[in-house]
Amino acid sequence: MTMEIKDIIKDENLVYKKTSLMTDRTLSYCPGCGHGTTHRIIMEVIEELGIQEYVVGVAPVGCSVLAYDFMDVDWLQAPHGRAPAVATGLKRVMPDKYIFTYQGDGDLAAIGTSETIHACNRGEHITIIFINNGIYGMTGGQMAPTTLPGMVSSTSPYGRDVETMGSPIKMTELVAHLPGTYYVTRQSVHKPGNVRRAKKAIQRAFENQKLRKGLSFVEIVSNCNSGWKMTPVQANKWMEENMFPYYPLGDVKMDGELLPVK
Amino acid sequence: MKELRLLKGNEAVAEAAIRAGADAYFGYPITPQSEVLEYLMAEKPHERTGMVVLQAESELGAINMVYGAASAGRKVITSSSSPGISLYQEGLSYIAGAQLPCVVVNVVRGGPGLGTIQPSQADYFQATKGGGHGDYKLIVLAPASVQEMSDFVKLGFELAFTYRNPVMLLSDGLIGQMMEKVELFEQQERATEFDQSWVATGKNPDRERNIVTSLDLDPAGMEEHNNELQRKYEKIKQKEVRFERFMCDDAEYLLVAYGSSARICQKAVQIARGKGYKIGLLRPITLFPYPSEEIEKMADQVMGILSVEMNAGQMIEDVKLAVKGKVQVEHFGRYGGMIPSPVEVVEAIESTFISK
Repeated sequence: MTMEIKDIIKDENLVYKKTSLMTDRTLSYCPGCGHGTTHRIIMEVIEELGIQEYVVGVAPVGCSVLAYDFMDVDWLQAPHGRAPAVATGLKRVMPDKYIFTYQGDGDLAAIGTSETIHACNRGEHITIIFINNGIYGMTGGQMAPTTLPGMVSSTSPYGRDVETMGSPIKMTELVAHLPGTYYVTRQSVHKPGNVRRAKKAIQRAFENQKLRKGLSFVEIVSNCNSGWKMTPVQANKWMEENMFPYYPLGDVKMDGELLPVK
Repeated sequence: MKELRLLKGNEAVAEAAIRAGADAYFGYPITPQSEVLEYLMAEKPHERTGMVVLQAESELGAINMVYGAASAGRKVITSSSSPGISLYQEGLSYIAGAQLPCVVVNVVRGGPGLGTIQPSQADYFQATKGGGHGDYKLIVLAPASVQEMSDFVKLGFELAFTYRNPVMLLSDGLIGQMMEKVELFEQQERATEFDQSWVATGKNPDRERNIVTSLDLDPAGMEEHNNELQRKYEKIKQKEVRFERFMCDDAEYLLVAYGSSARICQKAVQIARGKGYKIGLLRPITLFPYPSEEIEKMADQVMGILSVEMNAGQMIEDVKLAVKGKVQVEHFGRYGGMIPSPVEVVEAIESTFISK
């Protein structure tokens, strides 16, 4: 007896399927990039919470400027860095909706620092998803505010010199100290265990909006193999060895309380 | 029952915003318009109508809060003054590109740079020619009284939602700060009867999702989007031109002036008539769309046109375009925060046209 396709496509054989809230558009991200995984777990959370019709996302400028092509919710595309202000406007006139921003490190930690800090400080009841890969991906690998000391980029070709270029900024620790943030965490999505933890964090960050106790901030330390000029495997190894010591993973603030530094 | 109040222009904007049924005001303090935010904060509109008022961290924050709330299809208003309006330009370009309604009040002060806090009309180009990057237009209303500061907020929302386009009230420090009697309009509903099919409020199962964006990486698509904008602006030009004629019927010379300058010119016309000069005044109420046809008609009647502006000569370019070379067009202006007197305007008419 030969096995046919219809014999294989059965519920009990299903080990993986695309989240229904991801669109059928082909991802524009480089192979190995963390954006795709992060998109998927956000949409899984929204699907599992059953809140699709109450969600509006705010897309940044950067690689994820087209995030709205892939995640099947209502969206707004914000000017560079302004997503937390745009999200504030949305949330203030629709306090019962779930509003989230999706921003890279150039968007959130350089040009949008003011909007980020003040949205956090006002305790806007929104969720910020912050993808930190230590470089400007979209524009071709320029130095970001989060680029590590000595790290080579197209605008720091001899490595980031902290004497003249400053030190990488730790936005997550910074916003955790503001009274307006309720939940602040740093995660990654490069291994299955990390993906599970990141998904839990994102779920908590969305559920917190119902509590109206302040802003939830989820940093995802990610890779940029194109910008870093590495293979995906090399990039993940480099991230573990170099990014994680500077940007340690884990919860920084939970239920409005700063957690002890590990 | 008429409700009359003695209000500053800025206060009239604030009261009119509540009465027009605005859902939200976002702003940042700057002289000479801070009374708008102060009045709103004191008035607690949240208790009166449910309107949200928030002081932003900067003008960048304020205009992007407007962008967010406007994308939810809500009636949103903001106000600022020249240096702050410069910071609004990025956001206004996005709002115009994404075709969102909102009302923006510019209580203009003298520039360039930090300039002065005194009144000016030096932001005419910025207001009427786009202001930010890209091919776009704001609908620009020019109030010349505290009454119009109130009335144009309501009119501004109607135009903004009719055309899904940002509307600017181009005022100045004179009208913002002076007090006049105002007849207030009745409280309007916050809900709008305008089309809401485009709003980003969460994807219901019964509709396609909405994406508010000004981005299209496909140049053919972007060109078509621009064509759609241009068709809208043409329609606005056809239907929304507003102006006021003052003693134009027998005029031999014409003043063209808007806002504060028009108030000054009205007095100047009366003084000049007393001296035997047949002077008229045409006051553009909409600066975009501009009353070009009416000015062209007047060019066939008069021997000279003086564009009176509190700037070094900006609107005169639109007057000249309207006139098509049929008649001499000159500029008279005081600027940097200086306000011309009616007598100065009469002297300018005499020296430019009559004594020649």
